[in-house]
Amino acid sequence: MARRAADDMFVGFFVNPAQIRYLAIKKERIINMQTSTCQKSGGCKIPDRATLPKELYQKLAAFVDTLPQKEGHLVTVLHKAQSLFGYLPREVLEFVAQQMGDPLAKVYGVVSFYTFFTQIPKGKYPISICMGTACFVVGAEKVVDSFQKQLGGIEVSEVTPDGKFSIDCLRCVGACALAPVVMIGEKVYAKVTPDMVKGIIADFS
Amino acid sequence: MSEKKQIRIATRNSGFIDPENIDSYIAAGGYLALAKCIEEMTPTQVIDEMKASGLRGRGGAGFPTGVKWGFAAGYKSDTKYVVCNADEGDPGAFMDRAILEGDPHSVLEAMAIGAYAIGGNKGTIYIRAEYPLAIKRLKIAIEQAEEKGVLGKGIFGSDFNFDLDIKYGAGAFVCGEETALINSMEGMRGEPYTKPPFPAESGYWSKPTIVNNVETLAAIPAIIVKGANWFNKIGSETTKGTKVFALAGKINNVGLIEVPMGITLREVIMDVGGGVAKGKEFKAVQTGGPSGGALTYKDLDVKIDYESLAACQSIMGSGGMIVMDEDDCMVAVSKFFLDFTMDETCGKCTPCRIGSKRIYETLDKITMGQGTMDDIENLKLLAVAIKDTALCGLGQTMPNPVLSTMRVFEDEYKAHVIDKKCPAGVCSSLLEFVVVDEKCVGCTLCAKICPVDCISGKVKEVHVIDQAACIKCGACLDKCKFDAIIKR
Amino acid sequence: MAKLNSITDLKKLREELQSAAETQTGKPLVNVSLATCSVASGGRDIMEAMKAEVASLGLDVNFMQSGCMTFCYAEPTVEITLPGKEPVVFGYLDTDKAKLLVQKYIKDGELLDGVIPVGYERVVL
Repeated sequence: MARRAADDMFVGFFVNPAQIRYLAIKKERIINMQTSTCQKSGGCKIPDRATLPKELYQKLAAFVDTLPQKEGHLVTVLHKAQSLFGYLPREVLEFVAQQMGDPLAKVYGVVSFYTFFTQIPKGKYPISICMGTACFVVGAEKVVDSFQKQLGGIEVSEVTPDGKFSIDCLRCVGACALAPVVMIGEKVYAKVTPDMVKGIIADFS
Repeated sequence: MSEKKQIRIATRNSGFIDPENIDSYIAAGGYLALAKCIEEMTPTQVIDEMKASGLRGRGGAGFPTGVKWGFAAGYKSDTKYVVCNADEGDPGAFMDRAILEGDPHSVLEAMAIGAYAIGGNKGTIYIRAEYPLAIKRLKIAIEQAEEKGVLGKGIFGSDFNFDLDIKYGAGAFVCGEETALINSMEGMRGEPYTKPPFPAESGYWSKPTIVNNVETLAAIPAIIVKGANWFNKIGSETTKGTKVFALAGKINNVGLIEVPMGITLREVIMDVGGGVAKGKEFKAVQTGGPSGGALTYKDLDVKIDYESLAACQSIMGSGGMIVMDEDDCMVAVSKFFLDFTMDETCGKCTPCRIGSKRIYETLDKITMGQGTMDDIENLKLLAVAIKDTALCGLGQTMPNPVLSTMRVFEDEYKAHVIDKKCPAGVCSSLLEFVVVDEKCVGCTLCAKICPVDCISGKVKEVHVIDQAACIKCGACLDKCKFDAIIKR
Repeated sequence: MAKLNSITDLKKLREELQSAAETQTGKPLVNVSLATCSVASGGRDIMEAMKAEVASLGLDVNFMQSGCMTFCYAEPTVEITLPGKEPVVFGYLDTDKAKLLVQKYIKDGELLDGVIPVGYERVVL
């Protein structure tokens, strides 16, 4: 991607950028068409040092097989991977790269670009605090502070040492009438004040 | 609420029909527009009708939809794509989610109409992964539409085919920009690229592509059925039709509204929105989210359309409207938005990547009470430079929150810099928490709650806050039952 | 489900659906808003509570779900249409209030507080 971005900016001055873009995509398609080790050997190569459950890797490989084509589906596959594993550590990225016939660098570049993808595991009860504008103007920041204080001072996007809770700030859940909004797993807490935080955490203890 | 200020076109079915049942949509006149296009109109006639209606893109930029379709129709290609932009990233805007959850078929129908008009046969909905209910209802809708034969092969017995799939966003604000969105749909980093070529010429997989926003699409079936002339009569001189806004923040009636273009801001806030919450004084409203600007009490009589809002250094945006009252500090609000763009810049072009950081740092300095007058001048210079040089819409609009608030609230910026005070009482570094002697009864609650033990005093005696040790967390103010602690 | 092969098919289906709906107008209709924010405020509980109350009172009532009714400030909201009357939107519900709505408004037509004024014109195709 970085290569292509550079192409676009640099060459764009001299040649019709549409043509350059087309050629760049064509190049990528050729790379993508190379068969993966998985297809050649007939079995799916799971990284030797994999520590995560093998059946999850098999499920992911099976999902990749159902795609009409591989090109253009990296983000789709990563969504699936995160829903299976809960997070995307390096061993999973390596597996995805190998399955999709993409360089690991490209996969890493995509994962690190999008905030939805996480490379560290979430807590058993992930706490998501909405930081949309509507929540911000009614004091979401103080709610974040309060959660951090109650959970022994962990930072946003970190997990408590016992793996129970993690804190994340979301952009907007679109429930602005309930601001400030906090979601823990599927459960939604509306109009949260810093005082309520202790009680909310107690619901999960 | 006064008499019928709202007209619901894009949201005509939301809340009235069962979104998980196609029959419910058909009973409400669904797919009539598509049938009319296929059986009674040529693609050119559809495009002419769209041009005549004056519909402009509701994603924020306001480009005429018919013209966009006309461009894509003009290019020859074996495949053309219709993309629905449902990557609603503006924090505080949720109208697209509401439409998709309440009336998904109207979007599917409009995409099919778009495909028929430009001579395409494939469509993709690019939707935020954070909207699980909308995704679920879209999937149901697509399945039912295929069963009924209004999507898929040979629609309404004609030789027109249209297939739809869904792709998920992954939390990147910049992907609302159409070229970034296309990159993201191709499974790559969602970075924008330079236009031209516009997507209408070379977009998804380098094929002619039209990218339309959810709200734009939802209005289209109504335009086709009722005619361009009907739509044309609603709205202002330059901007036809209605706009859905998500009213939020310090306003009584938080919710969605759909009002004709050309309505004044006063009518929206005071009448439709029911006025500012808790009887406070109206200060400003942020339109267009992080890319937009603040309209203030001085702009209450501005008529809402693309041109008038741009004249106020703001933008229509996708339709977020966050109302702020006297207790909101405009410098802190600007800082909040810059914090957002700093986080969301894709990093491809320098003005946006580094400029956002520099603006944020300067605003941070000002809210900490360390700003100088030079900082204010530099902010203006930097803002204008970024506007002129950034690659895509995200970067070009990123300084808007600063420019628009400075336009009216320069005094507030200066108060932070010269007097070292935050007039709204928000920027904690510039505040002092003090005990009002006459009101303090010596209950000791504040001393107990203080996290740094900087409040001293005996039971039933007046307490004192040690200003040097105070971390200005405000816990004592919230706890005091006698209003004996004030911030100033 | 039969495929629609022409605009005539579509119009015919629409008429059938509308006349089928006609036969139901003798029954009260409860339309529960179930978009993300309504669900988060407890919209599903309201629907269940009302269904249970309707069953225990032995009433004959139709229920439907819909999307956002746009009154986010008053969620959960339901729209109740009694036979021969204009639809009325009730907001600020909880399960107790929902039961009361069934007992008073649906059963006896007695209005309760929490009625949301409707300030829009809906475009119908």
